[in-house]
Amino acid sequence: MNFPILSSLIILPTIGALFLMFSKENNTTTVKYVALFTSFVNFLISIYLWVLFDPSISIFQFVEDREWLKGFINYKIGIDGISILFIILTTFITPICIISVNNSIKKRLRDFLISILIMESLMIGVFCSLDLVIFYLFFEAGLIPMFLIIGIWGGERRVYSAFKFFLYTLLGSVLMLVAIISIYWISGTTDIVKLYELGIDGKYQNLLWLAFFSSFAVKTPMWPVHTWLPDAHVEAPTAGSVLLAAILLKMAGYGFIRFSLGLFPLASEVFTPLVYILSLIAIIYTSLVALMQEDMKKLIAYSSVAHMGFVTLGIFTITQQGIEGSIIQMISHGLVSAALFLCVGVVYDRMHSRLINTYGGLVSVIPKYSVLFMLFTLAALGLPGTSGFIGEFLILMGAFKDNFLVAVIASLGVIFGAAYMLWLYRRVVFGDLNNKDLLKIPDLNNSEKFILWLLAIPVLFFGFYPEPLINTIEVSIKDLIEMYNFNINKYTQEVSINE
Amino acid sequence: MEIAILFLPLLASIISGFFGKLIGDRSSEIITSLFVVISASLSLFIFYNVISNQYESNIVLATWINSGSLNVNWSIKIDALSSVMLVVVTLVSALVHIYSIGYMSHDPHKPRFMAFLSLFTFAMLTLVTSDNFLQLFFGWEGVGLCSYFLIGFWFKRETANAAAIKAFVVNRVGDFGFALGIFLIFYLFGTVNYSEVFALIPQIIDKELFFLGIQIKAIDLICILLFIGAMGKSAQIFLHTWLPDAMEGPTPVSALIHAATMVTAGVFLVVRCSPIFEYSPVTLNIITVVGMTTAFFAATVALVQNDIKKIIAYSTCSQLGYMFFAAGVGAYNVAMFHLFTHAFFKALLFLGSGSIIHSFKDEQNINEMGAVYKKLPYTWILMIIGTLALTGFPFLSGFYSKDAIIEFAYLKGSTTGYYAAGVGILTALFTSIYSWRLIFKTFHGSYNNKKIKIEEMHESPLVMLVPLVILAIGAIFSGFLFKDLFIGHGDYTSFWGDSIKFLSPLSSEHPPLWFLLLTPTLVMISIPIAYYLFVKNKELPNQFAQLNKPLYNFLVNKWYFDELYNILFIQSSKKIGLFFWKSIDVKIIDKFGPDGISSLIKTLSIKASKFQSGFIYQYAFMILIGFSALLTFLILK
Repeated sequence: MNFPILSSLIILPTIGALFLMFSKENNTTTVKYVALFTSFVNFLISIYLWVLFDPSISIFQFVEDREWLKGFINYKIGIDGISILFIILTTFITPICIISVNNSIKKRLRDFLISILIMESLMIGVFCSLDLVIFYLFFEAGLIPMFLIIGIWGGERRVYSAFKFFLYTLLGSVLMLVAIISIYWISGTTDIVKLYELGIDGKYQNLLWLAFFSSFAVKTPMWPVHTWLPDAHVEAPTAGSVLLAAILLKMAGYGFIRFSLGLFPLASEVFTPLVYILSLIAIIYTSLVALMQEDMKKLIAYSSVAHMGFVTLGIFTITQQGIEGSIIQMISHGLVSAALFLCVGVVYDRMHSRLINTYGGLVSVIPKYSVLFMLFTLAALGLPGTSGFIGEFLILMGAFKDNFLVAVIASLGVIFGAAYMLWLYRRVVFGDLNNKDLLKIPDLNNSEKFILWLLAIPVLFFGFYPEPLINTIEVSIKDLIEMYNFNINKYTQEVSINE
Repeated sequence: MEIAILFLPLLASIISGFFGKLIGDRSSEIITSLFVVISASLSLFIFYNVISNQYESNIVLATWINSGSLNVNWSIKIDALSSVMLVVVTLVSALVHIYSIGYMSHDPHKPRFMAFLSLFTFAMLTLVTSDNFLQLFFGWEGVGLCSYFLIGFWFKRETANAAAIKAFVVNRVGDFGFALGIFLIFYLFGTVNYSEVFALIPQIIDKELFFLGIQIKAIDLICILLFIGAMGKSAQIFLHTWLPDAMEGPTPVSALIHAATMVTAGVFLVVRCSPIFEYSPVTLNIITVVGMTTAFFAATVALVQNDIKKIIAYSTCSQLGYMFFAAGVGAYNVAMFHLFTHAFFKALLFLGSGSIIHSFKDEQNINEMGAVYKKLPYTWILMIIGTLALTGFPFLSGFYSKDAIIEFAYLKGSTTGYYAAGVGILTALFTSIYSWRLIFKTFHGSYNNKKIKIEEMHESPLVMLVPLVILAIGAIFSGFLFKDLFIGHGDYTSFWGDSIKFLSPLSSEHPPLWFLLLTPTLVMISIPIAYYLFVKNKELPNQFAQLNKPLYNFLVNKWYFDELYNILFIQSSKKIGLFFWKSIDVKIIDKFGPDGISSLIKTLSIKASKFQSGFIYQYAFMILIGFSALLTFLILK
């Protein structure tokens, strides 16, 4: 494999963004088509990548290794079964975001699209980095476009939300940077593949794990560092919310699998109870909070926290079902939450209100919208036949293997999930039409219909036939778990010999 | 053929749902009805094949989930048990489809309604023909979803929306238990396929587990968890509250989903898992008690309700209780038999009441009816047939199935068995009284409706009456014709084959003659009693209610379950949610987290900036203090 396909995936959106920078700002159609074309080509490349990808081996594929800072950091990228799905999710969601800006972004469209494209580059970079420093750079740089998207194109309290988002995530990441530097001092390399082979000394693992955790926990977000998410979502423009929910949150889940489990198995074993407890709180607590929200975007934001609670729970069960479930849940949540935010965006563009009580009785005015919104509501509450079910069910199955009590409590979240989603839907779509302004709003236009169906199809398809997803990740996860257990056993043997 | 049975309703649903506007109301009604009728005919053929040739098959359609050791397929499994369910589901569904053409004639959303009915049929069929627990769960949730849509079909009604959500969420509580049961099965056996699980059961009989701090036999735990799921779907006591509210849906829906098919899924689950339940006497006792209590509870509530559909809904709840206690005493085949006959007469009663409601222009209160038996002669006769069958009047279908349940409970011989038999007889008496109360108040006595003149009353159209007649034929003859096949003494195993497991054969003795005669006698004498109470001397029940006000209120308010749950779960969830949000998220996490830190930094920097005052003498003073502090430190050191 000589052609640097991964690097081209990373660089292509940036090239598109450069083009945009030199184009005329007021020519919005051209600007949009350039952005759309770039991201679409990128999507095609990523699909081609999936075709080339060999799911039967667990080593990293398409690896590119170039010297960067001599003897210190290499630009090393590559993918395995876990990362490829996230890359495809990114390249799939980005064009959808670009199509969706039609109605919502009124000012500085060009700059907005530049942010989105750069964001895409950085996200893909995160998912294929094989060097900690490279990973950190992509991971942190991703903050900047998101910060701008919220801060410039956001709602009334955009500056507050943008800073809250920035401070929260930065604070966590600083500790991760310290940890990465320490790893370099301890092991002499930041190459992930080498670190997998070498292993990291048991006595350092706990602290390092916590440092990484502080960063990932904020990004996930886990309770109690979740409060930035509702604010960020509420203020972000629709496309920003979509990116945030669909991709940005997934970086943390990916990080947990790749780094926490991969690099620090001993510490992961130690801290599993902590993750369980925080995940359970996230599931139950935020579900109850979601139940009481009056703002549609906030409700979906809180439900995201609950869904991500399932993800962290599944990852730390360290079972085949649990981790596979988590990845499927992340992909599914990426599609479903993106769609739900787009659904909110549709009515927001028409009514300029996110409050639930503005609406009611929409089904008789905009039936096509109601059907699609229902579909995503059902996927969000994990109905069998949608991708949401597969993820949740596998996670709970994995959790049950590990700990009964945890599985029982987490399953309660499924009940609350049904309650808050259906109640939201009922208040918005069913009931009597009391607000006369609603009578005038038009149903979905073609581009809205197109992107929502585009999201609906994989949600249903993977609900009935998740095999393509599972097949891609299976071997990588199996290998990860084997490596994990091998390290744990090795360590326990060492301890017993020393004693 | 099996594939056609399953996918014709799905196809019909897709055509009617997505192209309903294109092909028109009438075409979508015809297409859905026709497809389901074909499906029903094929099911009857399969049923015949099973009876005469012990036909069995298991078709694997595709892989569904293949994760680690978890392998699940989409499949169609036909055996005696699923063939009975196939017939019940497709037959009632076909009749309800046809009936709906008449019943929904004034509704503007006919294609949507028909699409949901067909979709429901498909989901129910995937449930009954599954060969593993996960596909069962798929169908289980699928029927719940369709039920949600159909209860809330009239989406403008607040009550209908509330009822729909309630049905879904209460069912989710049951599903919570069910899902845990599936997890436990997977945990213990590493598979969720029936045949593999059932084969491995004997190996884990003595295995014990620690579950939430309690030591419990693994098999008991599986059974209890599965039964919680069954309780939710089959509206057993504690999880029954959604069923009466579900009557907000159009009446054909009540007949199909909330009487004949979906609510019996719980019973089906227990019977399907008889190879597991047989090894857990503890759970079987629990099932008996729950079933018995539900039967009794629902019958007492039905005595005093005034909404015609709610009476029948509680009656359904009560009859489901009978089915469960039949299963609980190990007479699974009798439970299935009652399920089978019940489908006919309860669908008949619901559709009949739909015909009454239709004639009264959507009036459901039985106090607003009366004296119309001459105006609605066919409906009147059909309703009486349904009532006779339900109450177990000799030689109609309910007589064979319900009395068999009571007999087997008696023959079981244990304390719970005798107790169940006693409660069963008492409940049968109540059933008879409330059913006849319904008939007398609706069709006899004086005409009480002020909105519609009695002259305007007219019988329902033929398209509604024909399905009723077919159901009536079933209600009369299904007991007599199928009793030997389903529960014939000694030779029942030849029909059921391996689909039901009996650890020890059912008792083939006969209970004493007085016991056999007891229930039919009670049922028969209750007819004149009901006539006296509700037609001749109407004041008597009212006076009785006045005298026993607390008891009456207790019954009218359905034992206060709804009020209790409202306080216990709904209001408290909302309060806790609000507390978490307003107090913890906003007042604690945000206040001491990001907002706190930023304001802290702000105050600190304001203070720090005060040092930079720009006055030389202040700087000089600070230098002096610093210098002397340093000196002091060095000297003292």
